[in-house]
Amino acid sequence: MLLIPCPWCGQRDEIEFRYGGAAHVEYPADPETVDDATWARYLFVRPNPKGPLAERWCHSQGCRRWFNIVRDTVTHQIMRSYRMEEAP
Amino acid sequence: MTRLASGGRIDRSRPLRFTFDALPHTGFAGDTLASALLANGVRVVSQSVTYGRLRGIFSAGVEEPNALVQVGGGTGSEPMLRATQVELYDGLVAESLNARGRLSPEPDVARYDKLFAHCDVLVVGGGSTGLAAALAAGKAGARVILADEQAEVGGTFLGGRDLIDGRPATDWLAEVATDLAALPEVRVLSRATAVGYYDQNCVLIAQRRTAHLGPAAPAAMARQRLWQVRAKQVVLATGAHERPMVFAENDRPGIMLAGAVRTYVNRYGVVPGHRAVIFTNNDSAYACAIDLDDAGLDVPAVVDVRPNPAGGWPDRVRERGIEVLAGQVVSDTAGGNRGLESVWAGQRIDCDLLCVSGGFNPAVHLFTQSQGRLRYDETLACFVPDEATQAVAVAGAANGTFGLRDCIQEGLAAGAAAASAVGFGDGHPAGAPQVETVAEHPIVPFWLVPDESGATQFVDLERDVTVADVRRAVGAGMQSVEHVKRYTTIGTGSDQGKTAGINSAAIVGALLGQPVAAIGTTTFRPPYVPVSFALFAGRTRGQLFDPARVTPIHPWHVAHGAVFENVGQWKRPWYFPHDGETMEQAVLRECRAVREGVAAMDVSTLGKIDIQGTDALRFLNRIYTNAYDTLAVGHCRYGLMCKADGMVFDDGVVMHVGPDRYLATTTSGGAAAVLDWMEEWLQTEWPDFRVRLTSVSDQWATVAVAGPRSREVLRALAPAMAADAVSFPFMAIREGMVAGIPARVCRISFSGELAFEINVASWYGLRLWEAVMAAGEPFGITPYGTEAMHVLRAEKGYAIIGQDTDGTVTPQDLGMSWVVSKKKDFIGRRSHRRADTARPDRMHLVGLLPVEPEDLLPEGAQLILEPRQEPPVAIVGHVTSSYRSAALGRTFALALVKGGRDRMASQVYAPLPDRLHPATVTEPIFYDKEGLVRDG
Repeated sequence: MLLIPCPWCGQRDEIEFRYGGAAHVEYPADPETVDDATWARYLFVRPNPKGPLAERWCHSQGCRRWFNIVRDTVTHQIMRSYRMEEAP
Repeated sequence: MTRLASGGRIDRSRPLRFTFDALPHTGFAGDTLASALLANGVRVVSQSVTYGRLRGIFSAGVEEPNALVQVGGGTGSEPMLRATQVELYDGLVAESLNARGRLSPEPDVARYDKLFAHCDVLVVGGGSTGLAAALAAGKAGARVILADEQAEVGGTFLGGRDLIDGRPATDWLAEVATDLAALPEVRVLSRATAVGYYDQNCVLIAQRRTAHLGPAAPAAMARQRLWQVRAKQVVLATGAHERPMVFAENDRPGIMLAGAVRTYVNRYGVVPGHRAVIFTNNDSAYACAIDLDDAGLDVPAVVDVRPNPAGGWPDRVRERGIEVLAGQVVSDTAGGNRGLESVWAGQRIDCDLLCVSGGFNPAVHLFTQSQGRLRYDETLACFVPDEATQAVAVAGAANGTFGLRDCIQEGLAAGAAAASAVGFGDGHPAGAPQVETVAEHPIVPFWLVPDESGATQFVDLERDVTVADVRRAVGAGMQSVEHVKRYTTIGTGSDQGKTAGINSAAIVGALLGQPVAAIGTTTFRPPYVPVSFALFAGRTRGQLFDPARVTPIHPWHVAHGAVFENVGQWKRPWYFPHDGETMEQAVLRECRAVREGVAAMDVSTLGKIDIQGTDALRFLNRIYTNAYDTLAVGHCRYGLMCKADGMVFDDGVVMHVGPDRYLATTTSGGAAAVLDWMEEWLQTEWPDFRVRLTSVSDQWATVAVAGPRSREVLRALAPAMAADAVSFPFMAIREGMVAGIPARVCRISFSGELAFEINVASWYGLRLWEAVMAAGEPFGITPYGTEAMHVLRAEKGYAIIGQDTDGTVTPQDLGMSWVVSKKKDFIGRRSHRRADTARPDRMHLVGLLPVEPEDLLPEGAQLILEPRQEPPVAIVGHVTSSYRSAALGRTFALALVKGGRDRMASQVYAPLPDRLHPATVTEPIFYDKEGLVRDG
């Protein structure tokens, strides 16, 4: 059970949040012009590193805001928490 | 009686009556059930699970493998408690168990609570080490939680006779307890066992709050409390568990852990026998010999496997005239139905008590759960904590530090360091008190007395596993201790092998010719002790676990005999049976009312999302597969949405209710997911959009009035609202007074018939419904439920998302290309061009007409093409919806069939247990294909 720092509400228990998978998976600017492989990568391929991973969470039982964190997948240490509009 | 005349921490002025296996006994306040049983001379407390051997109390704590009891009767009955941990109360009723407890068939009415807590330093264990750590951290100013599993702090040294600063250790204990109570930021939890250690220093603590009070427990008080503690620093002072010795016939009642015997003598004033032999490989058990000698027992011998036990402890014992049999082992025992009668240690020694000590295993359970690593310490002959991965320190016996003086020093240092790490104090603890110490003769690891068969050398008492079993496992090729565990069941009992685990690893090593260090331990998984499911559930039971949602009209449905079905969390009327009607008859009648007269349905459960903002139109165009540019204010349009992979996700109707303002409905079960989905895109991909979303599902109540005579009912309800087909066309919205209530009326149909959906503020819902029923009475208005609704929409071939789709179905698969825009981008559009999504042989939604008109195919039935096939039989699809139709006078179904649109008029078969059921593939529309009845 993680303690997750919501950039809007502060440290809250994991049960208040919804996981949103890897962050910064870019939606192709014009999906119609990309080939099948590129589109499939957008749909299905996600990073799965041993170590720091940028990921999205939604504070669904709180402020309902989406935000990003960087979490170490080995230690669960959360190195950073930042708003959607902030640079990765 | 084996109770001493004086001594111990029991209150002899407060006798307590209790029964064990229906026999009455008496103990004292301060007793555990185990100490009271021993005081009453009860030596046999259970029979072993496999061999039915007699067993007695073996330990004095959480590690007890034998004395499992069921306590209490009726709904408060608790199964599988350890007698060593049950505090005695007046009137306690306990029964022995043969390895398995009995759950009460009645629901547990007690309250269980949860509490989230945060602290700077969490100290687990209130023995000498933990008390010292809590004191040092607390005095430094840190916020401290000390969790101790017993009724009073003190841990193992309550069972010892050490002197601190020249006074009994319990005096020091009382002082520390007073000091801790005076520190406002220190909280001491008693009867609180830390059961799990998770990421980010999250520790779960199970606290027993009322069980020790028995019937006197206040009803309003939670029986147990689950603490979820977040600590910046954790100090584990969890102590150690004594290891048994493994020899033939080592499981008789009267054979006990030496440290446990000390606890019974010194803490409870109980001597569990009359003539005692000690069997040990280390010095600690010599103190047991001295305690028993002082208590007046005969102690004929200490059997010590070490060839030359010398120094302080052996000398003290010898001085008392107790023989030390050096370099000897107990290799066998004899006894009867009261347990032990003699042991064989190169000679026969009569005794009814054998105190064994094979050394100590630090209680590293929580440390390894925190992902800390262990190492084997050759000098101490045990696994000790090595590298930590979280902010945790281990101190005292849990760290392999066994002397009282060293434990207190290490505890003080750990507490001060933990406080300092979070900004309190300089990390230097106050001076430690003076404790007399005796130089120790080192332990000699000793795992197994040689014995040819091993069939009575018990390794795991609770699971009844012997050395012979381990030998069999190794003989079968097991080399990993994890495999041996599963092959033999060692360590899988409710004690999780606290006395068996390390011994079994060492024995596996001995059989394989490897040191125990190379074998390692099995994984220590939470919970550390058994925890009731009721505690994990807490108050989250019944309605608080899965609330039932009802509409404002619900009381009417109940009063009129509706049968309900669950749709998500909603209770929706399924059908309204008349007296003596079957479900089938009721649904056919309700369907007929919609098709031939007029009927009303409560559709308040539909999800409703208010969408506002200058970019609302742009937003809708991206979310839905179809376009909304041409949707004028006052009109509504059916909409479908896909996930990015192009698969259908949800559908509903979008109403354009004002400038830059829309109201979208969703499926009843999908409301929350759709709102989440919209928010996700708005916040993560289109943050520049000026759009706000609000759930208004509960704010509106909606009544659908459907059927050729529905217009007449609306006219009666809203005389001022022009309801003719020209003034109020299909998919138009009108606002006005309906039955005197401000309302928004939409001409939407989910049955193909003329229909109106009347929306009012939810607190008017019931009034509106009653007005509709009254106004409709002259026309024979009929309330209908979800089943009739399903039949009617299926007759029209309207798919229900989540019933006819399963997340692998595209709009094209449903034959709904008409709702997919070719001109604009929307979520999922690109996926419709993927090779897999464009395959011609995808599963298409089709209709099925069973060849026999009374044949009702079960939903979910698989479909095949050829009636006679050799296995493996190729499945070409499955039935998604199947009903009897009043309008068709027969059964029909919807199905997903591979390449289904190319199989029109061909036959498929549903292979059901009785026989093959043939059906003809049709277009998925069965009623009013031309749409002639829509305007009434």
